[in-house]
Amino acid sequence: MKQKITGSEALLKSLIAEDVDTIFGYPGGAVIPVYDCLYDYQDKLKHILVRHEQGATHAAQGYARVSGKVGVTLVTSGPGATNTLTGIADAMMDSTPLVVITGQVASPLLGTDAFQEIDVIGITQPITKWAYQIRKPEEIAWAVSRAFYIASTGRPGPVVLDFAKDAQVGLVDFEYEKVDYIRSYQPEPDIKMERIKEAAALINGASKPFCLVGQGVILGNAEEELKEFLLKNDIPAGCTTLGLSSLPTDFPLNKGMLGMHGNVGPNRKTNECDVLIAIGMRFDDRVTGDLNTYAKQAKVIHLDIDNSEIGKNVAVDVKVLGNAKQTIPMITALLETRKRPEWNAEFEPDSQEEYVKVIDKELHPKEGYLKMGEVIRKVSEAANNEAVLVTDVGQNQMMGVRYFKYKQTRSVVTSGGLGTMGFGLPAAIGAKVGAPDRTVCFFTGDGGLQMTIQELGTIMQEKLNVKIIMLNNNFLGMVRQWQELFFHKRYSSTVMENPDFVAIAKAYGIASREVLKREELDEAIREMLEHDGPYLLVADVEEQGMVYPMVPAGSTITNILMGE
Amino acid sequence: MTTKKLYTVIIFSENTVGLLNQITIIFTRRQLNIETLSVSPSAIQGIHKFTITTYADENMIDKVVKQIDKRVDILKAYYNTDEDLVFQEIALYKLSTDLFIKMGTVEDLIRKYNARILEMNETCVVLEKSGHYDETQALFKELSETIGVLQFIRSGRVAITKSPVERLSDMLAEMERKLQEKNKA
Repeated sequence: MKQKITGSEALLKSLIAEDVDTIFGYPGGAVIPVYDCLYDYQDKLKHILVRHEQGATHAAQGYARVSGKVGVTLVTSGPGATNTLTGIADAMMDSTPLVVITGQVASPLLGTDAFQEIDVIGITQPITKWAYQIRKPEEIAWAVSRAFYIASTGRPGPVVLDFAKDAQVGLVDFEYEKVDYIRSYQPEPDIKMERIKEAAALINGASKPFCLVGQGVILGNAEEELKEFLLKNDIPAGCTTLGLSSLPTDFPLNKGMLGMHGNVGPNRKTNECDVLIAIGMRFDDRVTGDLNTYAKQAKVIHLDIDNSEIGKNVAVDVKVLGNAKQTIPMITALLETRKRPEWNAEFEPDSQEEYVKVIDKELHPKEGYLKMGEVIRKVSEAANNEAVLVTDVGQNQMMGVRYFKYKQTRSVVTSGGLGTMGFGLPAAIGAKVGAPDRTVCFFTGDGGLQMTIQELGTIMQEKLNVKIIMLNNNFLGMVRQWQELFFHKRYSSTVMENPDFVAIAKAYGIASREVLKREELDEAIREMLEHDGPYLLVADVEEQGMVYPMVPAGSTITNILMGE
Repeated sequence: MTTKKLYTVIIFSENTVGLLNQITIIFTRRQLNIETLSVSPSAIQGIHKFTITTYADENMIDKVVKQIDKRVDILKAYYNTDEDLVFQEIALYKLSTDLFIKMGTVEDLIRKYNARILEMNETCVVLEKSGHYDETQALFKELSETIGVLQFIRSGRVAITKSPVERLSDMLAEMERKLQEKNKA
């Protein structure tokens, strides 16, 4: 049944057909017709009005990361579009499925430097999986369907639809048709049985296999398959930052986090194992350190859905292309049931050493100011280790992912690849919308919060129950840490003179409390979690806290500083 | 140490707006200079063929081609060295008619270089020569040193593989088979 409707309505009907129920956006001149139409669709499409378009993309990212659905953003042309760029780039780096719809000037004005015109396709092509300009209402159904198919399949990523104003108001016979095939796009590569056999043989023959778990496991919904794989052959594993929560923190074979601020055991064992099995991860430099000394002793098996990742940074002996959801159990089927108590026990001394030198000091300080780690662990435990962790970027992020604990998957929302300060607050908004039944704990610093602090307005308007814990040290802490370690303590532009954050929260009608003393911490956390609504807990932590362990950038992954 | 070599990247794509930009930004990001570029419709309707030459080491060109191949609108991308290819460029040379006649060596030049005259009028003569870079360059040098060249242009490389594998048609057949399978299921 065909019906003649406006392009704007065709867009909204297309979104509904794609199972969209939430849009994060901000109106403006070139997208008013869509917003006008949205007025009639409020029962089906909830629009969350952010306070800045960057927030719209980060919120859509948070939403996508916790829910597994495609995050949708709607903004106007020109500055509306350029403000989304950081979020789009972030989503590209972290393989987050987004559809970003930008208004555009009417097509006869394109290329004339019209008011609020910008070459959206030109500037987003390097940071999107696909970018397309809709100039005619007839293209809408096709373009939207294709956008969702591309964003959500294969290795997910952001897609931009640049929507010219005349296409928004033009009339069209609307009929939606779901795209599930594009001739030039093969989202999931063919699985080669030969590679599966080679991988299984290598693992069966290994005496010290070690598994690196990336976000690909979560994106492929392969958490259970991963557990079976690890258990059958008793393989210890380390998670990348984005791979965290694919395995519960307490899963016996989960040995912790990899990389610069990761756990000592996983990093050391990377250079001691004889077979390294990387699943859905991309050997980022923050994970590997110096590639010339990285896992040289090991045979490397790399499972990934994206052919361009294989061999990009680390030479691979067995390349297993495909969706981890399929490839992992295919390998598991060929694995021998093994017990490797000695090899697994080898992680213990490292773990003990790290506990004594770093973790114990961070979690159980006897005196002095609050430590970042103790605040994070207490919040995690007070929320029964079941909350979603959202972080900003910097010390709060590395401390957050280190000391928060996870029981279920999709529990970490953080800007991994791009490392975007200001990501956290809007991402926490999206996470709460995407997982309304879960507690969302957002850890931030005094620097990062102020980059997107206007989104407190969104929290106020939407009455979103987000728990914000600011680890306030009056410094841009991570840069300060580097300055202390590598730049002779010359604290160039890292000291922050801060406003009264409690007063700011109050102005937004958000409950808030500042805590300075260790004796008050438990009670303050309880108050925050029991409060029915958003809450800002300002924890005044030691000014010159350090995130340890630390592998200096570009250094061998076993060169671990522990702050002794 | 890495050794740079001239690689020919051959790309088949859908004919959509902005494709060239998607490809060139992948070179730009790695500071790779494109030496020659040629784009035209391929033998299959609706599919365009890009032929790009660039100096790179094999590790780099392999990664570049994987990144290109990954783009949604790209059907197939691969790279070859000169040994795998039959390739050609075309050059045009504009000369002064007066000098051309006065020099009196027209026949020699055309025979020696296997060139041909495309246009001759009162003011200018336009010669055409196709061949490898050094061949078209040799004629340019000789003309420059004798009669002088008013204008000169050389095309990007076009190339055909010598191998029995037809990557595009194989790929299209495979995609077609998968579509059929999918429709059945």
